[in-house]
Amino acid sequence: MSAELFSLFYQFADVFAFLILSAAGLAIVFGMMGVINMAHGEFIMCGAYVTVGLVNLGVPLPIAQILAAVTAGLIGVVVEFLIVRRFYKRPLDSLLATWGLSLIVTQSMLLIVGSAVRGIGTPEGSFAIGEYTFSTYRLVLFGCAVAVLIGLYIIFMKTRFGVIARATMQNAAMAKALGARTGRIYVVSFGIGTGLAGLCGALYAPTMTLIPTMGATFVVESFVTVVIGGANVLLGTAPAAVFLAMIRMTLNASYGQIIGQIGMLFAVILVIRVLPEGLSSVLVRRGR
Amino acid sequence: MFKLLDGPQTLGRGKIFWSCFLAVLACALIYPLFADSYDVGNFAYFLIWIFMALGLCLMWGYGGMLSFGQTFFFGIAGYGYGVLAINMGGGTTTIAALVLSVLIAMVAAGILGYFMIWGGISGIFFGIVTLSATLVLAFFLGQTAGPEWHIGPARLNGFNGMKGMDPLAIGDFYIEGSALYYIMIALIVIVYFALRMLVNSSVGNVIVATRENPQRAEMLGYDVRKYQLLTFVIGSGLAGLSGALYTSWGQFITPSSIGLPAAAMPIVWVAFSGRSDLTATLVGSFLLLFGFQTITVYSQQAALVLMGALLLATVMLAPQGFVLGIGKLVVDWWTRRQRREPASTLADAGRLQSDET
Repeated sequence: MSAELFSLFYQFADVFAFLILSAAGLAIVFGMMGVINMAHGEFIMCGAYVTVGLVNLGVPLPIAQILAAVTAGLIGVVVEFLIVRRFYKRPLDSLLATWGLSLIVTQSMLLIVGSAVRGIGTPEGSFAIGEYTFSTYRLVLFGCAVAVLIGLYIIFMKTRFGVIARATMQNAAMAKALGARTGRIYVVSFGIGTGLAGLCGALYAPTMTLIPTMGATFVVESFVTVVIGGANVLLGTAPAAVFLAMIRMTLNASYGQIIGQIGMLFAVILVIRVLPEGLSSVLVRRGR
Repeated sequence: MFKLLDGPQTLGRGKIFWSCFLAVLACALIYPLFADSYDVGNFAYFLIWIFMALGLCLMWGYGGMLSFGQTFFFGIAGYGYGVLAINMGGGTTTIAALVLSVLIAMVAAGILGYFMIWGGISGIFFGIVTLSATLVLAFFLGQTAGPEWHIGPARLNGFNGMKGMDPLAIGDFYIEGSALYYIMIALIVIVYFALRMLVNSSVGNVIVATRENPQRAEMLGYDVRKYQLLTFVIGSGLAGLSGALYTSWGQFITPSSIGLPAAAMPIVWVAFSGRSDLTATLVGSFLLLFGFQTITVYSQQAALVLMGALLLATVMLAPQGFVLGIGKLVVDWWTRRQRREPASTLADAGRLQSDET
């Protein structure tokens, strides 16, 4: 009996980790600036490629993953400086610009590195409970997702940066008038967002084949989570991921991956019909 | 009726514009006499996408709804045509298959649009939801390789794509080459005129009013949601028309004509051209499709890189669109020449300023 329960939890944890890791970066950028970064998938791809490249050079996997996340974050800062910063007053245009960027990056990668790169296997290790065996790495991913949530909580609730960042989220003009350097907040949060995307790619790199278009595997999940989560990262993204993971886990188990994804989309369309502002709007209102 | 064609929501007006229009149309009509039929067929091929671009222009430029997922409807109608054409048998029924598949795309747009518009979704979310639907459809169709995925005798075939449907035909006469070309030209002219009349009619005025300020339009007593849904359904129906025509032209469709790079294309065409005017979209999309086709011969990936760069450049340098901007410059230059004013830059600057305010 406990084996069945654990199996259910394991499947839930798998989907939940995937949703949180792929959506966290997007949610921060969206919550902070009201901008959805269409090149999010490409930052994920970047993280994965850097990880695999470093591992193939002989760097240990965990260090390679951290370096990959940092690289993606730094590239994000450069992108913010060159492109995104001009568009804070025109969010739709920023979407188009980052989409253009995404096309350029994906297709250039296809031209330069071709479609196949030597992968690295999933770290070995599995354990058994009852008659089921589970991969340890999947649980590591779940742990990372929880760690990301805790880390974000600490950054946004316990630090000075967090206070100013939340003020910027609520009313950027007012925060600026009170002396917050909103420009710097934007750069840093865009960097954190893309760094988290890189981390997602780095963590999933050992589990999947690397192709330049792999970003697309993540984008639906991340967009959908952010859309029903709403603008607040902590109050929106995490509950949205729990909700979607429940739906997906159930459908995956009984009908397979495709139905799981389609069912998730239907759930999203139904949720936004009822809660156009996303889950976080309801939770924030309750909290007051 | 001419008043509707020449109304305030469309930029191309007056005698000069319509003479240019007739001249271009005449060139298009006599073109097959001078080219070989292979080139004419290719030409017809990239006219197929003009409908999707015009539909997006209506939704985005006039209605203010940016859908990132026009290939969703392209795909539904494209696959719809394939399934229907195979199931109903060839010949004249292919025309019915074309019409039905466009209707299916419009119904899909009606359902998706109902949930989004009545849910109060706008701006970024509108695009994200349509794009998600598109990617899920592409993902789903990519998984349908097995023999269990079939509708009647029509196999979906996963990533390898669906094939084996008949091209458009009347009886035993296959509409190919110049016949298809003339039909495409006729359809484009009809759609273009119809859209011009729509946006210049009172309905079009409400659509534009909704784009400018939904609350104000609502206060004036219009149910803006109905107008938005109408715009969405028409725009998506046009994307569906492109899809059905695409499948019938090549007797082939794959999930890759729905996925991410494909979904970005209509946005690039319309953004580059200038979304706020139908004529600019028509001209710009045509130019881009022509260019894209030429570069694709050398490398598909390079062509897509260029499209991405073009989108980025448009948004950063000319947010209103390059074709529209250049068109306005030409018109400005022309009117100034017509007046034969003594070149007084000060007076000119003053006139321009008062025009803008």
